[in-house]
Amino acid sequence: MDSAPTAPDVIEAEASSSIEQRLKRIPLVLNKRNFSWLTERIAGVVEQPAPRWWWVTFFITASIAGIGLFCLGYQISTGVGTWGLNHPVGWAWDITNFVFWIGIGHAGTLISAILFLLHQKWRTSINRAAEAMTLFAVMCAAIFPGIHVGRVWMAWFLAPLPNNYGIWPNFRSPLMWDVFAVSTYFTVSVLFWFTGLVPDLATLRDRSTTKAKKFLFGIFALGWRGSNRNWRHYEMAYLLLAGLSTPLVLSVHSVVSFDFATSVIPTWHTTIFPPYFVAGAIFGGFAMVLTLMLPARAIFKLHDIITPQHVDKMAKIILLTGSFVSYAYAMEFFVAWYSGNQYEKFAFYNRIFGPYWWYWWVGMLFCNFLTPQLFWFKWSRRNVYVVYFVCMCVNAGMWFERFIIIVGGLHRDFLPSSWGFFTATWVDLWTFIGTFGIFTSLFLLFIRFLPMIAMSEVKIVLPEADPHHHASALDHHVVAAGGKERT
Amino acid sequence: MMRTPSGHKVYAMAAEYPSAAALYEAAKLVRDAGFKRWDVYSPFPIHGMDDAMGLGKSWLSAVVLCGGITGLLTAAVLEFGPSWIIYPLVVHGKPFDWRTVPAFFPIMFELTVLFSAFAAFFAWIMMNGLPRWNHPIFNWERFARATNDGFFLAIEARDPRFTEMEARELLERSGGEHITIVHED
Repeated sequence: MDSAPTAPDVIEAEASSSIEQRLKRIPLVLNKRNFSWLTERIAGVVEQPAPRWWWVTFFITASIAGIGLFCLGYQISTGVGTWGLNHPVGWAWDITNFVFWIGIGHAGTLISAILFLLHQKWRTSINRAAEAMTLFAVMCAAIFPGIHVGRVWMAWFLAPLPNNYGIWPNFRSPLMWDVFAVSTYFTVSVLFWFTGLVPDLATLRDRSTTKAKKFLFGIFALGWRGSNRNWRHYEMAYLLLAGLSTPLVLSVHSVVSFDFATSVIPTWHTTIFPPYFVAGAIFGGFAMVLTLMLPARAIFKLHDIITPQHVDKMAKIILLTGSFVSYAYAMEFFVAWYSGNQYEKFAFYNRIFGPYWWYWWVGMLFCNFLTPQLFWFKWSRRNVYVVYFVCMCVNAGMWFERFIIIVGGLHRDFLPSSWGFFTATWVDLWTFIGTFGIFTSLFLLFIRFLPMIAMSEVKIVLPEADPHHHASALDHHVVAAGGKERT
Repeated sequence: MMRTPSGHKVYAMAAEYPSAAALYEAAKLVRDAGFKRWDVYSPFPIHGMDDAMGLGKSWLSAVVLCGGITGLLTAAVLEFGPSWIIYPLVVHGKPFDWRTVPAFFPIMFELTVLFSAFAAFFAWIMMNGLPRWNHPIFNWERFARATNDGFFLAIEARDPRFTEMEARELLERSGGEHITIVHED
């Protein structure tokens, strides 16, 4: 890996100085676990028969997914009138859900690409599952613009192809950019994810006990044998894919925000949207990573790999990106006042005191601004129940935020005579809940059939992975100032 | 072609090492002995091993650059072709020729990334000679641990300098364990 493993001989040298003693790192894998323990524990999840809870949970989530698919079929066969959409609110839950899901995907790419380029070695414990989450979230997201077009058999109009009059789609339209951005994002995420999976699939192939498993894992492992001549090209490809994904992930939500920012609707027509949306996406995405990883860690006893340090760092990222988002909220209000534009000013007054007032008070103010403030305190970042509570608030809050932006802008625009109110129907509701069923079902299948932690990558962060490692470096006791572990 | 007494073709002389550090030191020895056709195997990439083996930088990046340029040109043709030449489309009263280029940047960017990523993905597979059904090194039953916690080094018989004696002696000197001949078939 380009990110060098911690060099224990350097740490050894530091041990002589009591000041530098404080700067010692606590290990990323606890209890001095070795390579084969990691293989055994992570591959063991896939190799053992499915536990009963898995079947029960999968049955429930698959049923919910089934209801969602029924709603999709009903909506397609009956028409978009089954949703609560009408004049003036032509975009509501559908586009809210699209932005919500696509945003969740961003944390996975941040972990797999940006943290890799920044040499954040703790990412290795969570990147595989987070990338899988990205793929499943983007799949859920892609449903909504697809069926929102109404006549889904005309969805090919989204493709860069001329129609029957020889007219091509408008490449200057942000909606067209969106098609390219989302499809590129999904494709590159799949390639990156599969590249990371190959060495681990080879591990499963070499451990498989039945011919069928050996054959299947063998096919997907592509004949990988861990040769250094192969690792050389592999690492370069991995580095470049990370480098490509980094601007890509920032571009995707920027382009999504252009769908709004290039229009003239009050509260949409603003230059702050791209960074505001990207920060919000990472904020909501990390909450979803923790929502999935904390139960998985508890169930599969992965506490030595996903340590309190990992949760702590993710909580800090939630606090950081949450602060960006809160700043953007405040700046929107300031600009509305400072612009002197009466429509803009009214729209923000309407956001707080209008018919959707509680969406703002609960969703944006409480869930997205207030609850993450708990993460200033170490005790809250170390308490999984508090962390889980905040993550749930953020998950909900980010959905409310997108709803407020989209419907809040549309339902009361320039002319009071054209004002309206959006009410969701049961189809709206169950389509959205159905996507949660699809998402969790796919995630359950993933943890059942594929290693949810990147074994070959976690092994790199062990001290003995370093070619200059000497056994004595293991014995160092790691303490920080005040006798506490540094995080 | 070298054969064992039992009539098998010889693929390589191979050894196992107890740790990444031992493998790293052994690789430097084999490099300095002047062998060319040899490889080390580990469950994860070992930092600095490319230098220890005397390998340079991977030229995969050049393939990715070509992919990126192809993507950029594809996007330019895809956007300018229809909007400027085939069916000029005036939107918002704005120009339809080359001056419309800022609105084309997002798709140019996306396709550059898309083609580069495909190039990176297929390049690492093809430059590694993958996918392949089998490999002689898998004939060694200890080798199954190469994807778990084993560290291996194999000097191939097709190396011009390869003699059974010298290879075995070198692997012994480098601290290799379970030194063995791996069969080709």
